[in-house]
Amino acid sequence: MRALAWHGKHDVRVDTVDDPEILNPRDAIIKITSTAICGSDLHLYDGYIPTMRAGDILGHEFMGEVVETGPKSTLVKGQRVVVPFTIACGSCYHCGKHQYSACDNGNPADNQDIGQELYGQPMSGLFGYSHLTGGYAGGQAEYVRVPFSDVGPIVIPDGLEDDEVLFLSDILPTGWQAAENADIEPGDTVAVWGCGPVGLFAVQSAFLMGAARVIAIDHFPRRLELAKRFGAETINFEESKTYEALMEMTGGIGPDAVIDAVGLEAHGFFVDNVIDQIKASTFLGTDRIHSIRQAIVACRKGGRVSMPAVYGGFVDKFPLGALMEKGLTLKTGQTSVQHYMPGLLNAIVEGKIDTTFLISHRMALEDAPKGYKMFHDNQNEATKIVLKPGLAPETALAAE
Amino acid sequence: MTMARDDAPPATAKDDDVRAAAASLGEGTGEQLIGRSVTINRPRAELFAYWRDFANLPSFMENVERIDTLSPARSHWVVRAPAGRTVEWDATITEEREGEFIAWASEEGADVPNSGTIAFRDAGDRGTIVTVTIVYDPPFGIIGKVIAKLFQREPAIQARRDLRRFKQLMETGEVATAAWTRKQLEEEKA
Repeated sequence: MRALAWHGKHDVRVDTVDDPEILNPRDAIIKITSTAICGSDLHLYDGYIPTMRAGDILGHEFMGEVVETGPKSTLVKGQRVVVPFTIACGSCYHCGKHQYSACDNGNPADNQDIGQELYGQPMSGLFGYSHLTGGYAGGQAEYVRVPFSDVGPIVIPDGLEDDEVLFLSDILPTGWQAAENADIEPGDTVAVWGCGPVGLFAVQSAFLMGAARVIAIDHFPRRLELAKRFGAETINFEESKTYEALMEMTGGIGPDAVIDAVGLEAHGFFVDNVIDQIKASTFLGTDRIHSIRQAIVACRKGGRVSMPAVYGGFVDKFPLGALMEKGLTLKTGQTSVQHYMPGLLNAIVEGKIDTTFLISHRMALEDAPKGYKMFHDNQNEATKIVLKPGLAPETALAAE
Repeated sequence: MTMARDDAPPATAKDDDVRAAAASLGEGTGEQLIGRSVTINRPRAELFAYWRDFANLPSFMENVERIDTLSPARSHWVVRAPAGRTVEWDATITEEREGEFIAWASEEGADVPNSGTIAFRDAGDRGTIVTVTIVYDPPFGIIGKVIAKLFQREPAIQARRDLRRFKQLMETGEVATAAWTRKQLEEEKA
Protein backbone atom coordinates (compact mmCIF):
# COMPACT_ATOMS: atom_id res chain seq x y z
CA MET A 1 0.00 0.00 0.00
CA ARG A 2 0.95 3.68 -0.16
CA ALA A 3 1.55 5.47 3.15
CA LEU A 4 2.94 8.79 4.38
CA ALA A 5 6.13 8.08 6.31
CA TRP A 6 8.28 10.33 8.50
CA HIS A 7 11.95 10.39 7.54
CA GLY A 8 13.24 13.29 9.61
CA LYS A 9 12.69 16.96 10.35
CA HIS A 10 10.64 18.49 7.50
CA ASP A 11 11.03 15.27 5.52
CA VAL A 12 7.87 13.21 4.95
CA ARG A 13 7.37 10.97 1.91
CA VAL A 14 4.71 8.73 0.45
CA ASP A 15 6.30 5.24 0.43
CA THR A 16 5.16 1.83 -0.75
CA VAL A 17 4.99 -0.49 2.28
CA ASP A 18 3.45 -3.87 3.16
CA ASP A 19 -0.34 -4.02 3.59
CA PRO A 20 -1.51 -4.43 7.20
CA GLU A 21 -2.80 -7.80 8.40
CA ILE A 22 -5.03 -9.00 11.25
CA LEU A 23 -2.64 -9.95 14.07
CA ASN A 24 -4.83 -10.08 17.18
CA PRO A 25 -8.39 -11.36 17.65
CA ARG A 26 -9.90 -7.92 18.26
CA ASP A 27 -8.22 -6.26 15.23
CA ALA A 28 -9.88 -4.84 12.14
CA ILE A 29 -8.39 -3.54 8.90
CA ILE A 30 -9.82 -0.23 7.67
CA LYS A 31 -9.57 1.06 4.11
CA ILE A 32 -9.01 4.79 4.59
CA THR A 33 -11.39 7.16 2.79
CA SER A 34 -10.45 10.41 4.59
CA THR A 35 -7.57 11.36 6.88
CA ALA A 36 -6.55 14.77 8.15
CA ILE A 37 -3.24 16.41 8.97
CA CYS A 38 -3.36 17.53 12.61
CA GLY A 39 -1.60 20.48 14.22
CA SER A 40 0.13 17.95 16.44
CA ASP A 41 1.49 16.24 13.29
CA LEU A 42 3.41 19.49 12.81
CA HIS A 43 5.15 18.83 16.16
CA LEU A 44 6.45 15.59 14.59
CA TYR A 45 7.22 17.38 11.31
CA ASP A 46 9.26 19.99 13.17
CA GLY A 47 11.14 17.31 15.10
CA TYR A 48 9.89 18.27 18.58
CA ILE A 49 8.67 14.83 19.62
CA PRO A 50 11.36 12.31 20.58
CA THR A 51 11.37 8.57 19.73
CA MET A 52 10.38 8.96 16.07
CA ARG A 53 12.05 6.53 13.67
CA ALA A 54 12.55 6.86 9.91
CA GLY A 55 9.72 5.05 8.17
CA ASP A 56 7.09 5.62 10.88
CA ILE A 57 3.68 6.04 9.24
CA LEU A 58 1.90 9.19 10.44
CA GLY A 59 -1.75 10.08 10.85
CA HIS A 60 -4.13 9.83 13.79
CA GLU A 61 -7.29 11.44 12.36
CA PHE A 62 -8.85 8.99 9.97
CA MET A 63 -11.95 7.10 8.90
CA GLY A 64 -12.86 4.54 6.32
CA GLU A 65 -14.48 1.27 5.45
CA VAL A 66 -14.09 -2.01 7.35
CA VAL A 67 -12.49 -4.52 4.96
CA GLU A 68 -11.33 -7.26 7.34
CA THR A 69 -12.12 -8.28 10.91
CA GLY A 70 -10.54 -10.51 13.56
CA PRO A 71 -12.69 -13.18 15.28
CA LYS A 72 -13.35 -10.93 18.33
CA SER A 73 -14.04 -7.72 16.42
CA THR A 74 -17.63 -6.51 16.59
CA LEU A 75 -17.34 -4.61 13.30
CA VAL A 76 -18.80 -5.90 10.03
CA LYS A 77 -17.21 -5.66 6.61
CA GLY A 78 -18.53 -2.71 4.64
CA GLN A 79 -19.33 -0.54 7.69
CA ARG A 80 -18.10 3.04 7.64
CA VAL A 81 -16.27 3.97 10.83
CA VAL A 82 -14.40 6.86 12.40
CA VAL A 83 -11.44 5.68 14.50
CA PRO A 84 -10.35 7.45 17.74
CA PHE A 85 -6.70 8.50 17.81
CA THR A 86 -6.31 6.99 21.30
CA ILE A 87 -5.92 3.20 21.39
CA ALA A 88 -7.89 1.88 24.38
CA CYS A 89 -8.65 -1.70 25.44
CA GLY A 90 -12.01 -1.07 27.10
CA SER A 91 -11.28 -3.61 29.85
CA CYS A 92 -8.73 -2.08 32.24
CA TYR A 93 -9.57 -0.04 35.34
CA HIS A 94 -9.09 3.30 33.55
CA CYS A 95 -11.25 2.36 30.58
CA GLY A 96 -13.90 1.25 33.11
CA LYS A 97 -13.90 4.84 34.41
CA HIS A 98 -14.07 6.15 30.81
CA GLN A 99 -10.53 7.53 31.16
CA TYR A 100 -9.76 5.95 27.80
CA SER A 101 -6.67 8.05 27.13
CA ALA A 102 -5.16 6.59 30.31
CA CYS A 103 -5.69 2.99 29.13
CA ASP A 104 -3.12 0.61 30.65
CA ASN A 105 -3.00 -1.79 27.71
CA GLY A 106 -3.08 0.18 24.46
CA ASN A 107 0.69 0.63 24.43
CA PRO A 108 2.85 -2.47 23.77
CA ALA A 109 4.82 -3.58 26.88
CA ASP A 110 8.29 -2.73 25.58
CA ASN A 111 7.27 0.80 24.54
CA GLN A 112 5.88 1.53 28.01
CA ASP A 113 9.40 1.79 29.47
CA ILE A 114 10.07 5.30 28.13
CA GLY A 115 6.84 6.78 29.47
CA GLN A 116 7.36 5.06 32.81
CA GLU A 117 10.81 6.66 33.14
CA LEU A 118 9.76 10.07 31.78
CA TYR A 119 6.35 10.51 33.41
CA GLY A 120 6.20 7.99 36.26
CA GLN A 121 3.54 5.87 34.57
CA PRO A 122 3.48 4.69 30.97
CA MET A 123 1.26 6.44 28.42
CA SER A 124 -1.41 4.75 26.40
CA GLY A 125 -1.09 3.96 22.72
CA LEU A 126 -1.84 6.49 19.97
CA PHE A 127 -1.89 6.03 16.22
CA GLY A 128 1.03 7.46 14.26
CA TYR A 129 2.58 9.41 17.10
CA SER A 130 6.11 8.25 18.03
CA HIS A 131 7.27 5.19 19.92
CA LEU A 132 6.58 6.87 23.25
CA THR A 133 2.92 6.13 22.56
CA GLY A 134 3.37 2.72 21.02
CA GLY A 135 4.91 3.17 17.59
CA TYR A 136 1.61 2.28 15.88
CA ALA A 137 1.35 2.87 12.14
CA GLY A 138 -1.03 5.76 11.49
CA GLY A 139 -3.88 6.39 9.09
CA GLN A 140 -2.32 8.65 6.46
CA ALA A 141 -2.22 5.53 4.33
CA GLU A 142 -4.46 3.40 2.15
CA TYR A 143 -5.08 0.88 4.93
CA VAL A 144 -4.54 0.68 8.68
CA ARG A 145 -4.63 -2.05 11.32
CA VAL A 146 -6.94 -0.99 14.18
CA PRO A 147 -6.45 -2.89 17.47
CA PHE A 148 -9.36 -3.25 19.93
CA SER A 149 -11.75 -2.51 17.08
CA ASP A 150 -14.68 -3.62 19.27
CA VAL A 151 -14.07 -0.59 21.54
CA GLY A 152 -12.75 2.36 19.51
CA PRO A 153 -14.33 2.85 16.09
CA ILE A 154 -17.81 4.35 15.85
CA VAL A 155 -20.12 3.26 13.04
CA ILE A 156 -21.40 6.17 10.94
CA PRO A 157 -25.04 6.13 9.86
CA ASP A 158 -25.86 6.53 6.17
CA GLY A 159 -26.42 10.03 4.88
CA LEU A 160 -23.46 11.68 6.60
CA GLU A 161 -20.48 12.75 4.50
CA ASP A 162 -16.88 11.94 5.55
CA ASP A 163 -16.17 15.64 5.99
CA GLU A 164 -18.99 16.00 8.52
CA VAL A 165 -17.79 13.23 10.86
CA LEU A 166 -14.02 12.84 10.29
CA PHE A 167 -13.14 15.19 13.16
CA LEU A 168 -14.79 12.88 15.69
CA SER A 169 -11.42 11.08 15.59
CA ASP A 170 -9.56 13.77 17.53
CA ILE A 171 -10.03 17.52 17.28
CA LEU A 172 -13.79 17.77 17.93
CA PRO A 173 -13.71 15.64 21.12
CA THR A 174 -10.46 17.39 22.09
CA GLY A 175 -12.09 20.81 21.81
CA TRP A 176 -15.14 19.52 23.68
CA GLN A 177 -13.05 17.97 26.48
CA ALA A 178 -11.11 21.24 26.72
CA ALA A 179 -14.35 23.12 27.39
CA GLU A 180 -15.57 20.40 29.78
CA ASN A 181 -12.27 20.61 31.70
CA ALA A 182 -12.88 24.34 32.10
CA ASP A 183 -15.96 23.50 34.28
CA ILE A 184 -17.93 26.28 32.61
CA GLU A 185 -20.77 27.80 34.60
CA PRO A 186 -23.65 29.70 32.98
CA GLY A 187 -22.67 33.29 32.41
CA ASP A 188 -18.93 32.62 32.42
CA THR A 189 -16.38 34.44 30.30
CA VAL A 190 -13.96 31.93 28.75
CA ALA A 191 -10.68 32.87 27.04
CA VAL A 192 -9.23 30.53 24.43
CA TRP A 193 -5.59 30.78 23.34
CA GLY A 194 -5.13 29.48 19.80
CA CYS A 195 -7.78 29.39 17.06
CA GLY A 196 -6.58 26.26 15.38
CA PRO A 197 -9.10 23.44 14.99
CA VAL A 198 -9.07 22.48 18.68
CA GLY A 199 -9.44 26.10 19.77
CA LEU A 200 -12.31 26.68 17.33
CA PHE A 201 -14.14 23.56 18.53
CA ALA A 202 -13.49 24.68 22.12
CA VAL A 203 -15.15 28.02 21.26
CA GLN A 204 -18.27 26.25 19.94
CA SER A 205 -18.30 23.82 22.88
CA ALA A 206 -17.93 26.58 25.47
CA PHE A 207 -21.02 28.36 24.14
CA LEU A 208 -22.98 25.07 24.11
CA MET A 209 -21.98 24.59 27.76
CA GLY A 210 -23.42 27.95 28.75
CA ALA A 211 -20.58 30.45 28.48
CA ALA A 212 -21.91 33.98 28.05
CA ARG A 213 -18.76 35.24 26.36
CA VAL A 214 -15.82 33.58 24.67
CA ILE A 215 -12.69 35.57 23.89
CA ALA A 216 -10.47 34.00 21.24
CA ILE A 217 -6.76 34.86 20.98
CA ASP A 218 -4.56 34.31 17.92
CA HIS A 219 -2.60 36.28 15.33
CA PHE A 220 -3.89 34.71 12.10
CA PRO A 221 -6.72 36.96 10.82
CA ARG A 222 -8.43 34.11 8.95
CA ARG A 223 -8.58 32.00 12.10
CA LEU A 224 -9.86 34.88 14.24
CA GLU A 225 -12.54 35.46 11.61
CA LEU A 226 -13.69 31.84 11.99
CA ALA A 227 -13.86 32.27 15.79
CA LYS A 228 -15.93 35.40 15.29
CA ARG A 229 -18.33 33.44 13.07
CA PHE A 230 -19.20 31.33 16.14
CA GLY A 231 -19.82 34.37 18.30
CA ALA A 232 -16.43 34.83 19.94
CA GLU A 233 -14.83 38.20 20.61
CA THR A 234 -11.25 38.32 19.40
CA ILE A 235 -7.81 39.53 20.44
CA ASN A 236 -5.06 39.63 17.85
CA PHE A 237 -1.91 39.50 19.97
CA GLU A 238 0.06 41.29 17.28
CA GLU A 239 -2.28 44.25 17.53
CA SER A 240 -3.17 44.30 21.23
CA LYS A 241 -1.55 43.45 24.55
CA THR A 242 -3.30 40.22 25.51
CA TYR A 243 -3.24 40.47 29.32
CA GLU A 244 -4.26 44.13 29.33
CA ALA A 245 -7.01 43.50 26.79
CA LEU A 246 -8.42 40.56 28.77
CA MET A 247 -8.43 42.56 31.98
CA GLU A 248 -10.21 45.49 30.33
CA MET A 249 -12.70 43.25 28.53
CA THR A 250 -13.62 41.56 31.85
CA GLY A 251 -13.84 44.72 33.95
CA GLY A 252 -10.57 44.02 35.71
CA ILE A 253 -11.58 40.54 36.92
CA GLY A 254 -9.96 38.26 34.37
CA PRO A 255 -11.64 35.37 32.52
CA ASP A 256 -13.45 32.79 34.69
CA ALA A 257 -11.86 29.98 32.73
CA VAL A 258 -8.91 29.88 30.35
CA ILE A 259 -8.11 27.28 27.68
CA ASP A 260 -4.64 26.83 26.20
CA ALA A 261 -5.17 25.32 22.76
CA VAL A 262 -1.74 26.29 21.47
CA GLY A 263 0.77 23.92 22.96
CA LEU A 264 4.44 23.42 22.62
CA GLU A 265 5.01 25.43 19.47
CA ALA A 266 3.71 28.78 20.65
CA HIS A 267 4.44 31.45 18.08
CA GLY A 268 5.34 35.04 18.76
CA PHE A 269 8.46 36.86 19.76
CA PHE A 270 8.00 37.47 23.44
CA VAL A 271 11.12 37.53 25.57
CA ASP A 272 10.36 34.31 27.47
CA ASN A 273 9.45 32.60 24.19
CA VAL A 274 12.75 33.53 22.57
CA ILE A 275 14.62 32.14 25.58
CA ASP A 276 12.55 28.96 25.28
CA GLN A 277 13.47 28.67 21.60
CA ILE A 278 17.16 28.97 22.37
CA LYS A 279 16.83 26.34 25.07
CA ALA A 280 14.79 24.03 22.84
CA SER A 281 17.36 24.25 20.08
CA THR A 282 20.15 23.46 22.53
CA PHE A 283 18.13 20.69 24.25
CA LEU A 284 18.22 22.52 27.59
CA GLY A 285 14.46 22.62 27.66
CA THR A 286 11.98 20.96 25.35
CA ASP A 287 8.75 22.93 25.52
CA ARG A 288 7.94 26.52 24.59
CA ILE A 289 5.08 27.54 26.83
CA HIS A 290 4.22 31.19 26.45
CA SER A 291 0.48 30.58 26.02
CA ILE A 292 -0.03 28.55 29.20
CA ARG A 293 1.98 31.10 31.23
CA GLN A 294 -0.14 33.93 29.92
CA ALA A 295 -3.39 31.99 30.47
CA ILE A 296 -2.53 31.29 34.12
CA VAL A 297 -1.57 34.89 34.78
CA ALA A 298 -4.73 36.26 33.11
CA CYS A 299 -7.18 33.82 34.76
CA ARG A 300 -9.35 35.28 37.53
CA LYS A 301 -8.77 34.26 41.16
CA GLY A 302 -10.38 30.90 41.88
CA GLY A 303 -10.75 30.28 38.15
CA ARG A 304 -10.11 27.21 36.03
CA VAL A 305 -7.29 26.42 33.62
CA SER A 306 -7.85 23.83 30.90
CA MET A 307 -4.88 22.67 28.86
CA PRO A 308 -5.74 20.51 25.83
CA ALA A 309 -2.47 21.65 24.22
CA VAL A 310 0.25 19.04 23.78
CA TYR A 311 3.32 19.30 26.00
CA GLY A 312 5.94 16.57 26.11
CA GLY A 313 8.73 17.44 28.46
CA PHE A 314 10.01 19.80 31.10
CA VAL A 315 9.60 23.54 31.43
CA ASP A 316 10.88 26.28 33.64
CA LYS A 317 9.50 29.69 34.57
CA PHE A 318 6.13 28.00 35.01
CA PRO A 319 3.98 30.40 37.12
CA LEU A 320 3.41 27.94 39.94
CA GLY A 321 3.02 30.81 42.41
CA ALA A 322 0.11 32.31 40.43
CA LEU A 323 -1.55 28.88 40.27
CA MET A 324 -1.34 28.52 44.05
CA GLU A 325 -1.89 32.09 45.26
CA LYS A 326 -4.96 32.57 43.03
CA GLY A 327 -6.34 29.13 43.88
CA LEU A 328 -6.65 27.96 40.29
CA THR A 329 -7.66 24.50 39.15
CA LEU A 330 -5.67 22.95 36.28
CA LYS A 331 -7.10 20.13 34.17
CA THR A 332 -5.46 18.58 31.16
CA GLY A 333 -4.71 15.29 29.37
CA GLN A 334 -4.95 13.48 26.10
CA THR A 335 -8.55 13.16 24.99
CA SER A 336 -10.72 10.21 26.01
CA VAL A 337 -12.19 10.19 22.49
CA GLN A 338 -14.24 7.00 22.97
CA HIS A 339 -16.15 8.66 25.83
CA TYR A 340 -17.28 11.65 23.76
CA MET A 341 -17.87 10.14 20.31
CA PRO A 342 -21.52 9.02 20.60
CA GLY A 343 -22.74 12.31 22.07
CA LEU A 344 -20.83 14.40 19.56
CA LEU A 345 -22.03 12.30 16.63
CA ASN A 346 -25.56 13.14 17.79
CA ALA A 347 -24.67 16.82 18.04
CA ILE A 348 -23.48 16.70 14.42
CA VAL A 349 -26.64 14.92 13.27
CA GLU A 350 -28.79 17.48 15.10
CA GLY A 351 -26.83 20.34 13.57
CA LYS A 352 -25.65 21.73 16.92
CA ILE A 353 -21.98 21.61 15.95
CA ASP A 354 -20.55 22.69 12.60
CA THR A 355 -17.47 20.74 11.50
CA THR A 356 -17.03 21.24 7.76
CA PHE A 357 -16.30 25.00 8.02
CA LEU A 358 -12.78 24.08 9.09
CA ILE A 359 -11.62 22.31 5.93
CA SER A 360 -9.58 24.60 3.71
CA HIS A 361 -8.02 22.00 1.41
CA ARG A 362 -8.71 18.48 0.18
CA MET A 363 -5.94 16.64 -1.63
CA ALA A 364 -4.72 13.21 -2.67
CA LEU A 365 -2.71 11.08 -0.25
CA GLU A 366 0.09 11.20 -2.84
CA ASP A 367 0.26 14.98 -2.34
CA ALA A 368 0.57 14.71 1.47
CA PRO A 369 4.17 16.05 1.59
CA LYS A 370 2.93 19.22 -0.13
CA GLY A 371 0.08 19.34 2.34
CA TYR A 372 2.46 19.21 5.30
CA LYS A 373 4.55 22.02 3.87
CA MET A 374 1.47 24.14 3.15
CA PHE A 375 -0.01 23.54 6.62
CA HIS A 376 3.36 24.36 8.18
CA ASP A 377 4.12 27.48 6.13
CA ASN A 378 0.69 29.03 5.76
CA GLN A 379 -1.40 28.55 8.89
CA ASN A 380 -3.52 31.55 8.05
CA GLU A 381 -5.01 30.03 4.89
CA ALA A 382 -4.52 26.32 5.60
CA THR A 383 -6.88 25.78 8.53
CA LYS A 384 -7.35 22.06 7.90
CA ILE A 385 -6.11 19.73 5.18
CA VAL A 386 -7.95 16.49 4.49
CA LEU A 387 -6.19 13.76 2.50
CA LYS A 388 -8.26 11.43 0.32
CA PRO A 389 -6.45 8.25 -0.75
CA GLY A 390 -9.12 7.85 -3.46
CA LEU A 391 -8.25 11.14 -5.19
CA ALA A 392 -5.81 11.29 -8.10
CA PRO A 393 -2.63 13.26 -7.30
CA GLU A 394 -2.21 16.95 -8.16
CA THR A 395 -5.88 17.66 -7.66
CA ALA A 396 -5.71 19.93 -4.67
CA LEU A 397 -9.11 21.53 -4.39
CA ALA A 398 -9.85 24.64 -2.47
CA ALA A 399 -12.89 24.05 -0.30
CA GLU A 400 -14.72 27.21 -1.05
CA MET B 1 20.40 -4.79 66.19
CA THR B 2 19.31 -2.06 63.84
CA MET B 3 15.83 -0.60 63.75
CA ALA B 4 13.20 -2.61 61.95
CA ARG B 5 12.80 -1.68 58.27
CA ASP B 6 9.94 0.55 57.15
CA ASP B 7 6.83 -0.87 55.52
CA ALA B 8 8.03 -0.45 51.92
CA PRO B 9 8.73 -3.67 49.96
CA PRO B 10 12.34 -4.94 50.28
CA ALA B 11 12.97 -4.51 46.55
CA THR B 12 12.57 -0.73 46.94
CA ALA B 13 15.35 -0.44 49.56
CA LYS B 14 17.89 2.33 48.90
CA ASP B 15 20.85 0.49 50.41
CA ASP B 16 22.72 -2.18 48.53
CA ASP B 17 22.28 -4.76 51.24
CA VAL B 18 20.22 -7.04 49.06
CA ARG B 19 21.01 -10.05 51.26
CA ALA B 20 19.36 -8.42 54.27
CA ALA B 21 16.32 -7.55 52.23
CA ALA B 22 16.25 -10.95 50.60
CA ALA B 23 16.48 -12.63 54.00
CA SER B 24 12.97 -11.41 54.69
CA LEU B 25 11.84 -13.70 51.88
CA GLY B 26 13.00 -16.80 53.75
CA GLU B 27 14.12 -18.94 50.84
CA GLY B 28 16.01 -16.13 49.14
CA THR B 29 19.63 -16.53 48.14
CA GLY B 30 21.41 -14.52 45.49
CA GLU B 31 22.95 -11.19 44.65
CA GLN B 32 20.12 -9.55 42.69
CA LEU B 33 16.62 -8.78 43.87
CA ILE B 34 13.66 -7.84 41.69
CA GLY B 35 10.27 -6.88 43.06
CA ARG B 36 7.41 -5.68 40.92
CA SER B 37 3.66 -5.27 41.45
CA VAL B 38 0.91 -4.84 38.91
CA THR B 39 -2.85 -4.47 39.38
CA ILE B 40 -4.92 -6.60 37.02
CA ASN B 41 -8.64 -6.06 36.58
CA ARG B 42 -9.56 -9.76 36.84
CA PRO B 43 -10.51 -12.09 39.74
CA ARG B 44 -7.70 -13.52 41.86
CA ALA B 45 -8.62 -17.17 41.25
CA GLU B 46 -8.52 -16.77 37.48
CA LEU B 47 -5.07 -15.15 37.50
CA PHE B 48 -3.68 -17.77 39.90
CA ALA B 49 -4.99 -20.64 37.79
CA TYR B 50 -3.48 -19.25 34.59
CA TRP B 51 -0.09 -18.69 36.20
CA ARG B 52 -0.04 -22.05 38.02
CA ASP B 53 -0.15 -23.85 34.65
CA PHE B 54 3.49 -23.14 33.83
CA ALA B 55 3.00 -24.13 30.19
CA ASN B 56 1.09 -20.82 29.85
CA LEU B 57 3.97 -18.62 30.95
CA PRO B 58 5.83 -18.43 27.59
CA SER B 59 2.75 -16.75 26.09
CA PHE B 60 3.72 -13.52 27.87
CA MET B 61 7.29 -14.14 29.11
CA GLU B 62 9.29 -13.03 26.12
CA ASN B 63 12.60 -14.66 27.10
CA VAL B 64 11.18 -18.00 28.11
CA GLU B 65 11.51 -20.39 25.21
CA ARG B 66 9.62 -23.21 26.90
CA ILE B 67 8.70 -24.74 30.24
CA ASP B 68 8.30 -28.52 30.58
CA THR B 69 6.19 -29.75 33.45
CA LEU B 70 8.05 -32.65 35.11
CA SER B 71 5.59 -33.22 37.96
CA PRO B 72 2.96 -31.06 39.72
CA ALA B 73 5.74 -29.41 41.73
CA ARG B 74 8.71 -29.59 39.34
CA SER B 75 9.35 -27.91 35.99
CA HIS B 76 12.22 -27.51 33.53
CA TRP B 77 12.90 -23.97 32.22
CA VAL B 78 14.65 -23.05 28.96
CA VAL B 79 15.35 -19.30 28.81
CA ARG B 80 16.96 -17.17 26.08
CA ALA B 81 20.19 -15.42 27.08
CA PRO B 82 22.30 -12.81 25.24
CA ALA B 83 24.15 -13.75 22.05
CA GLY B 84 21.75 -16.49 21.01
CA ARG B 85 22.53 -18.71 23.99
CA THR B 86 20.01 -20.34 26.27
CA VAL B 87 20.20 -21.08 29.99
CA GLU B 88 18.31 -23.93 31.68
CA TRP B 89 17.30 -25.07 35.13
CA ASP B 90 14.88 -27.24 37.03
CA ALA B 91 12.62 -25.48 39.49
CA THR B 92 10.63 -26.83 42.42
CA ILE B 93 7.61 -25.27 44.08
CA THR B 94 8.61 -24.88 47.71
CA GLU B 95 5.34 -23.49 49.00
CA GLU B 96 1.89 -22.94 47.55
CA ARG B 97 -1.39 -21.55 48.83
CA GLU B 98 -4.25 -22.05 46.40
CA GLY B 99 -5.32 -18.77 44.84
CA GLU B 100 -2.83 -16.72 46.83
CA PHE B 101 0.81 -17.58 46.66
CA ILE B 102 3.49 -19.64 44.89
CA ALA B 103 7.15 -19.86 46.00
CA TRP B 104 9.79 -21.62 43.94
CA ALA B 105 13.53 -22.28 43.95
CA SER B 106 15.87 -23.62 41.29
CA GLU B 107 17.49 -26.97 41.95
CA GLU B 108 21.18 -27.86 42.24
CA GLY B 109 23.13 -27.26 39.02
CA ALA B 110 21.00 -24.39 37.66
CA ASP B 111 22.70 -22.17 35.03
CA VAL B 112 21.14 -19.19 36.81
CA PRO B 113 20.37 -19.99 40.46
CA ASN B 114 17.08 -18.27 41.32
CA SER B 115 14.18 -18.33 43.68
CA GLY B 116 11.11 -16.24 44.11
CA THR B 117 7.50 -15.75 45.00
CA ILE B 118 4.37 -14.62 43.25
CA ALA B 119 1.51 -13.37 45.39
CA PHE B 120 -2.09 -12.54 44.44
CA ARG B 121 -4.07 -10.15 46.66
CA ASP B 122 -7.63 -8.85 46.22
CA ALA B 123 -7.81 -5.17 45.29
CA GLY B 124 -11.55 -4.56 45.55
CA ASP B 125 -13.10 -3.10 42.39
CA ARG B 126 -9.64 -2.75 40.88
CA GLY B 127 -9.14 -6.51 40.59
CA THR B 128 -6.04 -8.23 41.93
CA ILE B 129 -2.58 -7.00 42.90
CA VAL B 130 0.05 -9.39 41.58
CA THR B 131 3.51 -9.12 43.16
CA VAL B 132 6.52 -10.96 41.82
CA THR B 133 9.75 -11.13 43.80
CA ILE B 134 12.81 -12.83 42.34
CA VAL B 135 16.26 -13.33 43.83
CA TYR B 136 18.95 -14.58 41.46
CA ASP B 137 22.66 -14.83 40.74
CA PRO B 138 23.46 -13.40 37.31
CA PRO B 139 25.48 -15.79 35.14
CA PHE B 140 29.10 -14.58 34.89
CA GLY B 141 28.48 -12.14 37.75
CA ILE B 142 28.33 -8.43 37.14
CA ILE B 143 29.77 -8.69 33.61
CA GLY B 144 26.92 -11.01 32.73
CA LYS B 145 24.47 -8.46 34.07
CA VAL B 146 25.95 -5.68 31.94
CA ILE B 147 25.86 -7.88 28.83
CA ALA B 148 22.28 -8.88 29.57
CA LYS B 149 21.34 -5.21 29.86
CA LEU B 150 22.96 -4.43 26.49
CA PHE B 151 20.87 -7.14 24.89
CA GLN B 152 17.69 -5.99 26.71
CA ARG B 153 17.55 -9.32 28.48
CA GLU B 154 18.20 -7.82 31.88
CA PRO B 155 15.86 -9.64 34.26
CA ALA B 156 14.54 -6.50 35.99
CA ILE B 157 13.48 -4.98 32.65
CA GLN B 158 12.11 -8.31 31.48
CA ALA B 159 10.11 -8.85 34.68
CA ARG B 160 8.46 -5.44 34.28
CA ARG B 161 7.59 -6.08 30.64
CA ASP B 162 6.43 -9.65 31.28
CA LEU B 163 4.04 -8.46 33.97
CA ARG B 164 2.61 -5.84 31.60
CA ARG B 165 2.06 -8.54 28.98
CA PHE B 166 0.44 -10.81 31.59
CA LYS B 167 -1.91 -7.94 32.47
CA GLN B 168 -2.71 -7.28 28.78
CA LEU B 169 -3.42 -10.94 28.12
CA MET B 170 -5.64 -11.34 31.19
CA GLU B 171 -7.54 -8.06 30.77
CA THR B 172 -7.91 -7.91 26.98
CA GLY B 173 -7.37 -11.48 25.78
CA GLU B 174 -4.37 -10.47 23.68
CA VAL B 175 -0.87 -9.01 23.89
CA ALA B 176 -0.71 -5.53 22.37
CA THR B 177 1.58 -5.05 19.37
CA ALA B 178 2.29 -2.14 17.05
CA ALA B 179 3.37 -4.48 14.25
CA TRP B 180 1.16 -4.38 11.16
CA THR B 181 2.34 -7.50 9.36
CA ARG B 182 2.85 -11.08 10.57
CA LYS B 183 6.48 -10.85 9.52
CA GLN B 184 7.07 -7.83 11.76
CA LEU B 185 5.33 -9.58 14.64
CA GLU B 186 7.58 -12.62 14.30
CA GLU B 187 10.69 -10.44 14.16
CA GLU B 188 9.51 -8.69 17.34
CA LYS B 189 9.18 -11.98 19.18
CA ALA B 190 12.53 -13.42 17.98
